[in-house]
Amino acid sequence: MAKIYSKKELPSSKMLPKKEIISFILNYSKALNIIKIGKHNFEIISN
Amino acid sequence: MATIQIPDALLVKNYIAGDENSLSILINKHQSKIYGFIYSKMPDRDVADDIFQDTFIKVIKTLKSNSYNEEGKFLPWVMRISHNLIVDHFRKNKKMPMLRETEDFSIFSILSDSSPNAECRIITDAIEKDLQKIIQELPDDQKEVLLMRIYQELSFNEIAELTGVSINTALGRMRYALINLRKIIEKNNIVLTN
Repeated sequence: MAKIYSKKELPSSKMLPKKEIISFILNYSKALNIIKIGKHNFEIISN
Repeated sequence: MATIQIPDALLVKNYIAGDENSLSILINKHQSKIYGFIYSKMPDRDVADDIFQDTFIKVIKTLKSNSYNEEGKFLPWVMRISHNLIVDHFRKNKKMPMLRETEDFSIFSILSDSSPNAECRIITDAIEKDLQKIIQELPDDQKEVLLMRIYQELSFNEIAELTGVSINTALGRMRYALINLRKIIEKNNIVLTN
């Protein structure tokens, strides 16, 4: 029987984003402040 | 140990109220489904990461500006945002196909210029000049009708009126003009082809 050298790539059971991405999102959320003045939203990013 | 599942609506409410940890719980809870959805449409880890990040930036902005009003439907809402961002990504990256010239493939096989080339223009000019010379050989009445019809694009009615003859006479003169043109061309072995 012919040998099959190719290996079927199985999709990984859990697809997750990089840890740095999650960390960035959480830090961004902590830094972001939105102030509503009249009809306008002002975004303030604190360092 | 049993874990307590806090409903999304409550987590969203807490997050809006200032509890940053709620966002972390929401992301941990749904990241696999959201990322899997993005990756299924965009099988590139880096692009999928970017879209995941942009999705949550949008989520954060919407929640923090109190514009969110879909209580209890957090996941489908986030999925919709990521779907829209995927569509935007495809739109932005819709490029013209790039073709390289190889030995087997010439770019000129698919590129064409419909305007006549220099040779064609010279031949057309030569034919025009020859034809004008031949027309000068026609009798005046036939020449007049032919010029009015072909070069001035007048109708036979107009030609009849302008030359003061009946429409049938104008038609007859045109017919004889064409017959005589052919005769001159044949007699002088003139080749008029482009």
